[in-house]
Amino acid sequence: MATSATRTRTRRAGRRSPLASAALLLIGLLATGGAYAALTAGASADAASESQVTKLADEGEKLFAANCASCHGLQAQGTEDAPSLIGVGAAAVDFQVGTGRMPMAASGPQAEQKPVQFTEEQIAALASWVASLGPGPSIPDESYLAGDGDLAVGAELFRINCAMCHNVAGAGGALTEGKFAPSLMGVSAKHIYEAMITGPQNMPVFNDANITPEDKSAIISYLKYIEANSSPGGLDLGNLGPVSEGLFVWIFALGGIVAITVWLTAKSN
Amino acid sequence: MTATATTPATTETKAPTGPGMRFVNWGANYIEDRTSMSGLVKELGRKIFPDHWSFMLGEVALYSFVVILLSGTFLTFFFQASMAPVVYEGSYPTLKGVEMSAAMASTLDISFDVRGGLLMRQVHHWAALLFVASIGLHMLRVFFTGAFRKPREINWVVGFLLFVLAMAEGFTGYSLPDDLLSGNGLRIIDGMVKGIPVIGTWISYLLFGGEFPGEAIVGRLYMLHIMLLPALVIAAIGVHMILLIVNKHTQFAGPGRTEGNVVGNPIMPVFAAKAGGFFFIVFGVIMLIAATVTINPIWNYGPYDPSPVSAGTQPDWYIGFADGTLRLIPPGWEFELWGFTFSMNIIVPIIILVVFLVLVAFYPFIEAFVTGDKREHHMTERPRNAPTRTAIGAAGVTFYAVMWAAASSDLIATHFRLSIEGVTHTLQALLILGPIIAYIVAKRISIALQKKDREIALHGYESGRIVRLPGGEYIEVHEQLSDYERWRLVSYDDYAPLMVRPNANGKITFGTKLRGVMSRWFFEDRIAPVTRTEIEASKHGHH
Repeated sequence: MATSATRTRTRRAGRRSPLASAALLLIGLLATGGAYAALTAGASADAASESQVTKLADEGEKLFAANCASCHGLQAQGTEDAPSLIGVGAAAVDFQVGTGRMPMAASGPQAEQKPVQFTEEQIAALASWVASLGPGPSIPDESYLAGDGDLAVGAELFRINCAMCHNVAGAGGALTEGKFAPSLMGVSAKHIYEAMITGPQNMPVFNDANITPEDKSAIISYLKYIEANSSPGGLDLGNLGPVSEGLFVWIFALGGIVAITVWLTAKSN
Repeated sequence: MTATATTPATTETKAPTGPGMRFVNWGANYIEDRTSMSGLVKELGRKIFPDHWSFMLGEVALYSFVVILLSGTFLTFFFQASMAPVVYEGSYPTLKGVEMSAAMASTLDISFDVRGGLLMRQVHHWAALLFVASIGLHMLRVFFTGAFRKPREINWVVGFLLFVLAMAEGFTGYSLPDDLLSGNGLRIIDGMVKGIPVIGTWISYLLFGGEFPGEAIVGRLYMLHIMLLPALVIAAIGVHMILLIVNKHTQFAGPGRTEGNVVGNPIMPVFAAKAGGFFFIVFGVIMLIAATVTINPIWNYGPYDPSPVSAGTQPDWYIGFADGTLRLIPPGWEFELWGFTFSMNIIVPIIILVVFLVLVAFYPFIEAFVTGDKREHHMTERPRNAPTRTAIGAAGVTFYAVMWAAASSDLIATHFRLSIEGVTHTLQALLILGPIIAYIVAKRISIALQKKDREIALHGYESGRIVRLPGGEYIEVHEQLSDYERWRLVSYDDYAPLMVRPNANGKITFGTKLRGVMSRWFFEDRIAPVTRTEIEASKHGHH
């Protein structure tokens, strides 16, 4: 996968400069003419960015054909092995590819996180092309990702909507048939947001009518708060609850004390 | 520093003199004149306690209970056992402005706004976990060494009651903060109570003062937790200690140790000094853990709300076996009759738990019936020398362990990358097969160890020294044991299966038949202890 990605990049790098210059020249001329004709500078900027998006999408289509189409189909229409991606939006691609879940390493209960296979630009290109196939959730606005939402609201919403799978401290938990809700510690704010709006794997979709963007921002703020602030009580034992506490007390507390009793009653040789 | 109870103590005839002794002497006389307690002190001070690491496990339980009492008293100064709704305005940011019960808010205040409060909460909770764990280990020691035999059966039952009371103390305490975890725990108890046929719903409404969760339960549990249950625990500990003194402590076989004496250290001064020091060691270990490791982070769980349940919601370890039993019952155990649905999903695990606990409580009487042994036993047995009991114990431990593991089936699944159904099905099979396998393996290992002991007692141990005889034959020299070492290996009670005999009326009763069958089961496979004749014979045979 990595080699094909590299190959794509070199091929593209070799072809980009002449084509891009020509296109830019053409766009520049058209834009100048258009600006004079329409008498607005804004229209020209829009046209320029629109065509950049088209170019990005074209790149994305090639990347898609090389890396994703074998399962999702050349038009992302889906096959027996993988779902259709028409209408999943840029956010889904950014989450799945950006966390390394896609392309999948192997079939299994669920796609698992692994080292990311593409560069930021390549992911943006893929997302742009998939987004062009049909309307879907887009990559969230930076303003919701700052982690400055209401902590108490976020914590409460997290407990009500997320904790049954992800655990109250975001430590993760088990689902059926070998599937699981992963730990949310160390996941970027953008990916948390995208997961909520796209519902990857077994996760339900929390759309904006369900949890507003401000509330999503609050949930992210809560997760970032507990990630940044270690437990007030000391070591957190993985935040797994009474099971890890019980193991700790048997192994370390009682184990340590039994070692002491053996030492206290040892006869000198 | 070894003394025996039969050794006459030298009596002090003259009061010791020296700086400060005048006051001590006056004080001692003052108390003696009014209470005549010197006899008691002399009697208790000369009590002998044998020395073995496993005899200190009960002490661990006692000392952690003292720590629980001390830290618990501190917590009562600040805790409010009320479910009245308040808005939290304390210092923890992710709960600020959230409505919760006064119980939860005061627990958060103890954690974040009372000086030393979080440490005390963690001391209390860690000490509680250690309390029940050390009781469990102490019970296993008593079981596997046969220390529950006559005359100590009653003390076993008192100890068992303490174990149950400790679990009840633990569970009521776990439920007090009224956080999400404790509320979920209470909901499971509520469900179990409601699963009892006919009366279940009535009991639940009585317990919670209406529909769950109501507004009464925290106050009621608080009363149980800080008044009734501690009083019962203290009373039971008192009885346990008195019976310990009356029955004397058991000891392992060794030279000079008989059924009629106790070899060890007297309470005054050696044992008291050691025990006092050990108390501070246990206290220190608890403090160290409480100061460095989080327990029950209620600030993560948030206030109780009947709708959310966190992943990884488990009870504290000692209730785990009950939770695990519920998880292991296959779905759909119910039938309809006369238009009523009879659910077996809850009542079956409750019956399993009760039967298991009753068997534990009454085991001394069951074994006494089987052996028909009316003698007193003051020597602890090595587990290998009672193979069937050891095997029963191993089966029981396995049964408990499987139920216990089942309570963490979801965490086993995520951490070992398994499917939760696979874990559950494996544990369901192990619940039945595990005890059987453990029984057979433990019995065979015990008998093998007994055979090895017999071999060593008769022929000595392999020295690794190879000698060539003049005739060219090579032999390995076996080193003989000293009489002291051999004593440990050969002195144990020998039981044989009981003969079924008719009673005075010439009849064989059902009880006699049952005892015959069970006695055969217990003692059919056995290795008889080495006799003096055999030792003599082996000595002559060799040299």
